[in-house]
Amino acid sequence: MSARAVSMLLFVLAIMGAAVAQEEGRLVVLTHDSFAMTEEVLEAFEAQTGVTVEILRSGDAGQMVNQAILSKNNPLGDLLYGVDNTFLSRALHGEIFAPYESPALEQVDANFIPDDSFRVTPVDYGDVCLNYDIAYFEAHELALPASLRDLTDEAYRGLLVAENPATSSPGLAFLLATIAEFGDDGDYTYLDYWQELDANDLLVVDGWSDAYYGEFMVTGRDSGTRPMVVSYASSPPAEVYFSEDPDSGAITGAIVGDNMCFRQVEYVGVLAGAANETAARQFIDFMLSPAFQEELPLNMFVFPVREGVMLPAVFAEHAVIPENPAYVAPAEIEAKREGWIQAWMEVMLR
Amino acid sequence: MRARLRDFWLLIYLIPLAFLGVLFVYPLLSILDLSLRPAGALDLSGFVRLLSTDYYVGTLLFTVYQATLSTAATLLLATPCAFVFARYRFRGKSLLMSLATLPFVLPTIVVALAFATLLGKKGLLNDLAQTLFSLDYAPVQLERTLAMIIIAHVFYNFAVALRIISGYWATAGFSVEEAARCLGADEGALWRDIRLPLIRPALLSAGLLVFIFSFTSFGVILILGGIRFATLEVQIYYQAVNMFNLPLAAALSLVQILGMLAMMMIYTATQKKMQLQLASGAATSRRALTGTERLAVGFCVALIAGLLIAPLIALVLRSLLAAGQLDVANYLSLTEKSRGSLLFIAPLESIFNSLRFALLAMIAALILGLIASYMIERPGRLARLADPLFMLPLATSAVTLGFGFIIALDEPPLNLRASWLIIPISHTLVALPFVIRSVLPSLRAIPPSLREAARTLGAGSLDTLLTIDLPLLGRSLVVGATFAFTVSMGEFGASLFVAQRESVTIPVVIYRLIGDPGQASYRQALAMSVVLMLVCACGFIIIERLRIAGVGEF
Repeated sequence: MSARAVSMLLFVLAIMGAAVAQEEGRLVVLTHDSFAMTEEVLEAFEAQTGVTVEILRSGDAGQMVNQAILSKNNPLGDLLYGVDNTFLSRALHGEIFAPYESPALEQVDANFIPDDSFRVTPVDYGDVCLNYDIAYFEAHELALPASLRDLTDEAYRGLLVAENPATSSPGLAFLLATIAEFGDDGDYTYLDYWQELDANDLLVVDGWSDAYYGEFMVTGRDSGTRPMVVSYASSPPAEVYFSEDPDSGAITGAIVGDNMCFRQVEYVGVLAGAANETAARQFIDFMLSPAFQEELPLNMFVFPVREGVMLPAVFAEHAVIPENPAYVAPAEIEAKREGWIQAWMEVMLR
Repeated sequence: MRARLRDFWLLIYLIPLAFLGVLFVYPLLSILDLSLRPAGALDLSGFVRLLSTDYYVGTLLFTVYQATLSTAATLLLATPCAFVFARYRFRGKSLLMSLATLPFVLPTIVVALAFATLLGKKGLLNDLAQTLFSLDYAPVQLERTLAMIIIAHVFYNFAVALRIISGYWATAGFSVEEAARCLGADEGALWRDIRLPLIRPALLSAGLLVFIFSFTSFGVILILGGIRFATLEVQIYYQAVNMFNLPLAAALSLVQILGMLAMMMIYTATQKKMQLQLASGAATSRRALTGTERLAVGFCVALIAGLLIAPLIALVLRSLLAAGQLDVANYLSLTEKSRGSLLFIAPLESIFNSLRFALLAMIAALILGLIASYMIERPGRLARLADPLFMLPLATSAVTLGFGFIIALDEPPLNLRASWLIIPISHTLVALPFVIRSVLPSLRAIPPSLREAARTLGAGSLDTLLTIDLPLLGRSLVVGATFAFTVSMGEFGASLFVAQRESVTIPVVIYRLIGDPGQASYRQALAMSVVLMLVCACGFIIIERLRIAGVGEF
């Protein structure tokens, strides 16, 4: 009797398995859960190549990379898109990518290309910067901070909300900006700086949504008490784009002084052992084409790496790009991330 | 004949065990194996680090401490209300029950915004207090405190305790109590000697669920508690995702699982001693007559209104008002697919996706849970082992299990890791414990004499099931079904894994909207949260109706 039960069960599972069996001409793109892209753009690629594109979201960027490493003997997809420079070394170290040098890279600033092994290809970038409520700073005749150092000034007491670097991607990026600025050894390190921020009544919360909608004060919105928040340089144009009256102008601004922002570059790579490597390479070329690059700003609020791409009007008008963002090498990030965050938690949480 | 019948039942019992074994135990063991034997050799460094670091020991102690406080507070507040719900009939009772269950489906970030509206520094409560007592400071300072964590856990779990206890109470009836009253027992003696001992199985059942839920709490701790508090679950996520330290994450997961197994053993040992078989078969709710009784009903209504419904109303108000003006543009825009983007469907379309998964998960959880309850109720070793096993999904960190799915369910016939089936499957895994904990106390309370009488009168086992068991279990089944439905409607982790159009559920839409800067996306997220509550409330009403139509009032 029980043998029959087992065979029945196997039968049911076989049906379930068959329902999701591999199809021919299919490209599976593994990406993080904030992926968004205009449907027509992806359809254009499908029409061009006859390949069906499937998007597989896999949690946040950290979860996605870990899953790709765990499944590298039987990859979840053909491509991985969305690993950024804060997690790049882990992905490279995990040996999940097959090299591919796209001809379209000629159109990309060489500074975006991490090394000459071409295991990953840059697609877009965005800067984590302070955002501020324009009306508050005007009403209080307050000057914008001109450096990270300024934030410990009494004038900015209790004005800033930041995210926990242990659980939030912009939180980690901002921590890295402070490490680039103040270093991690010597008489005065990033930890001393954070202690001073803390003494100046800094508020740290868990994630971006909590900080931006819960604690950030935007005049005219019913929430928050703090007029400065750690967010993205692209948040002010997005704020205009998603406002109920886009003609009324910007209500928030980004502070993009030298070494005050941290640049996150997102990469794509062909997964080693991909079922459809040809299509994966075609898709990388496509991601660097103007058709795809032009759609990045309004879908994911990031900037295209390709040179000479037209920005949408709302970005052209309201976006500012920091000229000199803070920089920490990916290899150093991977080697020290745990130590930096652990030390930060010891200083800030106890 | 008899032997074949027994084989048939064994076969049936195998179904839930196989479901759990293949779709939960196997992935879990796979990831634990990979984490603890990375290079083929056993790596116990995670355990050494865990036990030798004060920080992790501290995390464990805090996890137990806050879960104990949360459970005590929830039971203390919910038990009197459960009595009132079981004992008295009053207008708006079932509506109140539905409203009390709604918090369960709301994403933590939305609840945090609602709480801020109510209890925050600039919140309504502080406004009121400042106006009434002309204070120049905000007297309520609850943001990011332990008290806030406890309040949020009560807010989320109140309905679990209320529904399980009152469901059981209604089945157990009040005949013993009336007998005691005739013998001169006063109100104090009634509570001490009759009521509390009588409902102990349900108290334990509900307490166990609330404890496990608070024990594995994640979003509430991070968002409402603030970053200074961390539970084991928070640490597991942090180690598995940010640090990619799988040995330590696995060690923490195992501690969490073992802690829960210990709880289950205490539970099983205790509940055996206190089971009473008292099904009177008559749920005797009546109108509140005396002043004291009316006061009790009033107290219960006020408690639920203040604790559970006020934050919900704050959320509704927040979704309707923009800068103090009524503005419903955010609701109207929910029917439009506002962005041309892939995976962005018109928010209202996500309702159908959510409902489909919730129905699938509810039906699967009811069938599997009912069978599992019968299996657990049987004497023997299998039953003792099976009960904790079915509770395990609640105690397993979602990240750990997610990684397990990725590495274990990757080959046909089990190539499920990118399939939409993973959504109803994972919802069913989490819903099963609710069905079992709801059904089991009532199942055990059915006196064997009732079934024996039925058999003597010539009823077969199927007849007995349909005419004796199911009617007596009706109310508990509704409780289980409601929670299975609710768990599925509110869950979003599994839906994020799969990216086909049909996987975009209501919570996924809320998270996507609240992940974009801008007033319009923010207000749409609030509107969508209100829609989620409305859909669930309708679901509760329909489930309640089904019981009456299908099983009949008892």
